[in-house]
Amino acid sequence: MGKLFAVLVAVITVLSAGIFIARVWWLPPDISLLGVGIDHQLMETMVASGVLFVVSQLVLAAFAWRYGDRGDGRAIKTFPGGATPMVVFATVLVSVEILVLSFVGTKVWGGIFLSPPNPDALHIDVQAEQFAYYFRYPGPDGKLGTIHPELIDDGNSNFFGLDPANDSTARDDIVSASLVIPVNQPILLTMHSKDVGHAFYVPDLRIQQDFVPGLVIPLQFTATQVAKKEIVCTQLCGLGHYNMRGYLEVKTKDEYQQWMADQVAQQ
Amino acid sequence: MSESPAPSLTHVPPQGFWRKHVFSLDHKVIGKQYLVLALVAVVTGMVLSWLMRFHLAYPAASVPGLGAIAPNAAPGGRISPELYLSLMTMHGTIMVFFVLTTAPFAGFGNYVLPIQVGAEDMAFPRFNMMSFWVTFVAFLVLIAAFFVEGGAPLSGWTAYAPLSAVGKDAGPGQGAGQTLWALSIAIFCVGQLLGSLNFIATTLDMRTKGMTLMRMPFSTWAWFITSIIGLIAFSVLLPACILLILDRVAGTSFFIPAGLVISDRMQPHSGGSPLLWQHLFWFFGHPEVYIAILPGFGIVSHILPAFARKPLLGPKVVIGCMAAIGFLSYTVWGHHMFLSGMNPLSATLFSVPTLIITIPATIVTLLWIGTIYGARLRFTTSALFCLGFVSVFVSGGISGFFLAQPSIDTYLHGTYFVVGHFHFVMGVASMFGIFAGVYFWFPKMYGRMMNETLGKIHFTLTLIGVYCIFMPMHYLGLAGNVRRYSEFTDDYMKGALPLHRFITMAALFTGAVQLLFLVNLVWSRLRGAKAPDNPWEATSLEWSISSPPPFDNFGGPPPVVHHGPNEYGMAGPTGDYVMQVAPPSAAGGA
Repeated sequence: MGKLFAVLVAVITVLSAGIFIARVWWLPPDISLLGVGIDHQLMETMVASGVLFVVSQLVLAAFAWRYGDRGDGRAIKTFPGGATPMVVFATVLVSVEILVLSFVGTKVWGGIFLSPPNPDALHIDVQAEQFAYYFRYPGPDGKLGTIHPELIDDGNSNFFGLDPANDSTARDDIVSASLVIPVNQPILLTMHSKDVGHAFYVPDLRIQQDFVPGLVIPLQFTATQVAKKEIVCTQLCGLGHYNMRGYLEVKTKDEYQQWMADQVAQQ
Repeated sequence: MSESPAPSLTHVPPQGFWRKHVFSLDHKVIGKQYLVLALVAVVTGMVLSWLMRFHLAYPAASVPGLGAIAPNAAPGGRISPELYLSLMTMHGTIMVFFVLTTAPFAGFGNYVLPIQVGAEDMAFPRFNMMSFWVTFVAFLVLIAAFFVEGGAPLSGWTAYAPLSAVGKDAGPGQGAGQTLWALSIAIFCVGQLLGSLNFIATTLDMRTKGMTLMRMPFSTWAWFITSIIGLIAFSVLLPACILLILDRVAGTSFFIPAGLVISDRMQPHSGGSPLLWQHLFWFFGHPEVYIAILPGFGIVSHILPAFARKPLLGPKVVIGCMAAIGFLSYTVWGHHMFLSGMNPLSATLFSVPTLIITIPATIVTLLWIGTIYGARLRFTTSALFCLGFVSVFVSGGISGFFLAQPSIDTYLHGTYFVVGHFHFVMGVASMFGIFAGVYFWFPKMYGRMMNETLGKIHFTLTLIGVYCIFMPMHYLGLAGNVRRYSEFTDDYMKGALPLHRFITMAALFTGAVQLLFLVNLVWSRLRGAKAPDNPWEATSLEWSISSPPPFDNFGGPPPVVHHGPNEYGMAGPTGDYVMQVAPPSAAGGA
């Protein structure tokens, strides 16, 4: 039975690790400026963890294979050095990994979430609601109008609760159901929720951020390739959570200018 | 502290059916009651998971009979998105609270701890009885959520506000169902607090002569540490649930800010913070997962040496590591909230202790592996589940290493990677600890041996099954597959459907295999071979008494202890081990 256990663990280990290594299911290609840092961190962790996973499982299997009671009355053996090598090995190895990964990882994290707002960033306001995203651009005046939740009227497409009659800055705001952006342009999203918690996740950008009702949360990124990708919600928000979807459309600068001109013309 | 307990407990055996079997003050009966409750809960939770997995694999298919049971939630037998989320919410809640907190801690702890420390019963038998019945009522209140208008809540076992706090406007299940959920958990907290008090008092005050703290079995240490964690954790969850109920029914706004428009209605709340709920919940929630796993650490540390026929390597280190994990568990809760909108500077603050917890966890795992080096392993079913525990804990622990880093969590948060991780450590490792405990202590509890052949088949097929269910979830997570979705309609996720179908098949298969365990339990209870006092040749006090034990555990005078629990692999009066109650002249004598 010990040998069967050993074989099972060994087979499971090799198969599991093999599927990771072969990247049968893997991350989509990264289309963001800072995603390379995340991918690098992930790979370092994957290699370090992978080695630890394979070695520890195979050692467990090997010991189970080797140290069954064969009824021969042989003496038990204590691990050489007793508990000390385990304590030292675990402490040193894990501490080194923690130091390295935390040091590098903090830079990656800081680059995404702690950078000051880029003055050249295109500012887009995002509202999440049950079960859709709406994106608001400042329009030709470069200013976003004030939001009044009590004025929200989906039937008349006033998703944000703008008051164009009394608020001149709101008159030229452009509202879109898709997040349309130019490639290689720093973007600043300011995110708020109309109702409950939601999240903004684009795997290809490698980033996500929760929408928290009552807060306006900034998120910065730069897309480096022209693409159309799905934006999905990762914060449980109700029965339509699985169907809550937007599209990120990264266009060339010219296509974006054309799109923006069309939006302005339609107002 | 190590004097004989004062004769404050009655020595008269209980009389009458109700006192003996229902409202019993006997910790052994109460422990079994908790275990039976956990068994009912785990079957319920498992059935819910089958429905979930079936829907994920075949979203358009009908479940035979479901349309008759739940015509609104499953018209024509097709599981609606809201029903899926309710099933998911209740699955998580039932499993975390009524299985993983109940069986390894309240169940086995209640039964075994007093005997292991040499006491006749827990310090407060009436509190003990109350704690079980309070927990039972909490379970009934939770199940009642299925039957009220709107059905069970759909906000997950984490019940984030404002979805969980605003009431009916937030959607189906968010009316009375959510209120019953919060009430159930609040009641559960009371039961746990009573239990924790009992465990702590019993461990500190009721140890028999010679049972110093360092001679306590590792399982007792684990239950003791767990009860301290629980006292603090449940003390926070209880007021959090009360505040949630107040937001829902009394018009307060602890968790709800101003200006929310839900279902076209302006919500009449202001001033609250959804993040406050998250902080309160996770301040409980992270220690809770260590409450779920530490008893398993203790059980494996206790059982493995008996079947390895050699002492646990580094016994004091193991105890120290369990205590360190318990302490550190309070410093890490924000790692559930890296992307929650709290200050990003706090990410490092929470990430570093989360990574540091890896150190004691790794040390203990290596010590278990070091224990079986040079051993003479007896591969009983209980031993196999201990070895399996080590394997699945490694798997689950390693995936945690990814999630502990905020920069990686940025990608993996909210994906199936997280689901795979926590199911390995909680749904599998903790369950394996429970199975190891059942196969180990069943002979003591019922005076009959379990069927080893059935047990070994159960173990082998379960080990294969759980890896087939939960390892693929890591692959799904890497591909960006989002969790808590009732269906995968996004283009980039559609390619994952074959893997989801594989997982579903594995889940249904593994669920079916558990029938072997149920059959074994029933058959062994009725027809199992008679169990001797000490079938495993183990050292601790529970093996020095009859199987099953007399009502007052030690049949009169309390035992006197001269040895620690770890004396295996040395010549003793009865074999290659020395029992804790052996005379001082026997080998060892630590």
